[in-house]
Amino acid sequence: MTGRVARAATGALVFVLLALAWEAVSRAGVFPPKLFPGLGTVATTLLRLGADGTLLVAAGATLFRLFFGFLIAAVVGVVVGILMGRHAWFEDTLLPIVSFLYPIPGLAYAPLFVLWFGLGDVPTILLVGVASSFTVIINSWKGVKSVKVIWIRSAQSMGANDRAMFIKVILPAALPYVLTGLRLGLAQAWRILVAVEMLMSVTHGLGWLIFGSQQFLNTDVMLSSIVVIGIVGMLLESQLFERLERATVVRWGMMSA
Amino acid sequence: MSAKGRPEREYRSAQHEGTPVSAAAIIRHRRFYRGALGVAVLLACWEFFARSGMYSKAITPPLESILRQLASMIADGSILLHAGATMLRVFVGLAIALAIAVPLGMLMGRYPLWERLLRPVVSVFMPIPSLAWVPLVVLWFGIGNVATVLVVVYASVFPLLYQVWAGVRAVNPLWVRAATVMNANASQLFGLIIWPAALPFIITGLRLSFGRAWIAVIGGELLASPNWGLGKVIFDAAEFLNADVMLAALIVIGAIGLFFERVVFQALEAATVERWGMATSASR
Repeated sequence: MTGRVARAATGALVFVLLALAWEAVSRAGVFPPKLFPGLGTVATTLLRLGADGTLLVAAGATLFRLFFGFLIAAVVGVVVGILMGRHAWFEDTLLPIVSFLYPIPGLAYAPLFVLWFGLGDVPTILLVGVASSFTVIINSWKGVKSVKVIWIRSAQSMGANDRAMFIKVILPAALPYVLTGLRLGLAQAWRILVAVEMLMSVTHGLGWLIFGSQQFLNTDVMLSSIVVIGIVGMLLESQLFERLERATVVRWGMMSA
Repeated sequence: MSAKGRPEREYRSAQHEGTPVSAAAIIRHRRFYRGALGVAVLLACWEFFARSGMYSKAITPPLESILRQLASMIADGSILLHAGATMLRVFVGLAIALAIAVPLGMLMGRYPLWERLLRPVVSVFMPIPSLAWVPLVVLWFGIGNVATVLVVVYASVFPLLYQVWAGVRAVNPLWVRAATVMNANASQLFGLIIWPAALPFIITGLRLSFGRAWIAVIGGELLASPNWGLGKVIFDAAEFLNADVMLAALIVIGAIGLFFERVVFQALEAATVERWGMATSASR
């Protein structure tokens, strides 16, 4: 019991030090107080925006875009990745294109998407989908390629048809990689989305809240939004995929938790 | 092994063409032509779309004007200066991130106290996208190098720290014990055992961090628009609806990213971890 308390105390220690440093910088007047508010101001703003629903609406709008953008990335990524892994023809034809487009930051397309599709939700969702699909493609492809040949051969010799082979052997065997790809893709979509919202002049959204507050030097609002972004990001990572992994690949003994 | 045991494909091709061609060479050939076909089809689709007049040519320029734009930007050297400014920010940012992440990651991996101190902080700050900080950092430090480099540092420090930490924990405990028994002091232990043993992880971390930094620097330049940089080129081109300039800049961004991923980091891995036999060559 005391061990746990001591552990929590050491964990909290750095936060206390960071908070003290923040307060010190804020009070020393290195920056104008409007630009570097004290923690009390930030906490009050956070509570006020949380209570009047501003943060809730913004987070909802961002999550809505994240959901549809990631849906595009997941469907396109898994389908293309599996096709590339299964058929040499797809692999040979698409791999050069995928490997050239993969290292281009999705955000760099943002102004181009504005030219093509205008402003608002549609280009934002499309861009997030395109940008995060490459990670899913690459991981799904690697997953299918890494299926043990001996499993395929033994299924074949036991008379599995294409359908059974795909559903009972290839898909489950590739699933750890596919899930890793989806997890990385979601994280990437989340990171890009916040910035895309700043460039696409959408209405509502956490990125929009930060960018809009910059005009009025509302740093307390910006910091409150960043806090919410951190919390949502953490929940997405720890709640969604860890559960999914525990329910599938960990339970099947293909990965240790 | 008898001739019967040779791979069938090799045998057949030797019969057809009179010279022995290995199966691997055939696959390489096939890969090249199919890859070229894929790229050609994509470019042809773009060209058709661009010339069909569905959108104005200013918005979807044909390949010829993109290439001409790219050539003129290379000829007058402006794209090189922009790319140089972007690369410099990435390198300075990565260097700072390395200087922070390597010592902290080693301490966290080796001493439980440091892990308990720093782990909560890392897990709180890691999920915040670096680009969310841009407007705030711009208010504090103004538009320019400080803001963009800070964003790069924030983006790259966490993957690096995570990998160093994991790498140190993955060091074979037997080596550490053997070194301790042989009276290695702390600096020898870190310098001669832990550092080289954790290096494969650190290089992986560097690779991941470069990818993150590359996204962050372009985003930072788009949002904070300093005087130079590839993100700035795209941002400016958007003001004047110069889609050909934007696409030319995108080609440069993709080429640099591919060069680092395929050439620089693979050479780095070949020169260090593969040569020391710590890891097998990464798949293509």
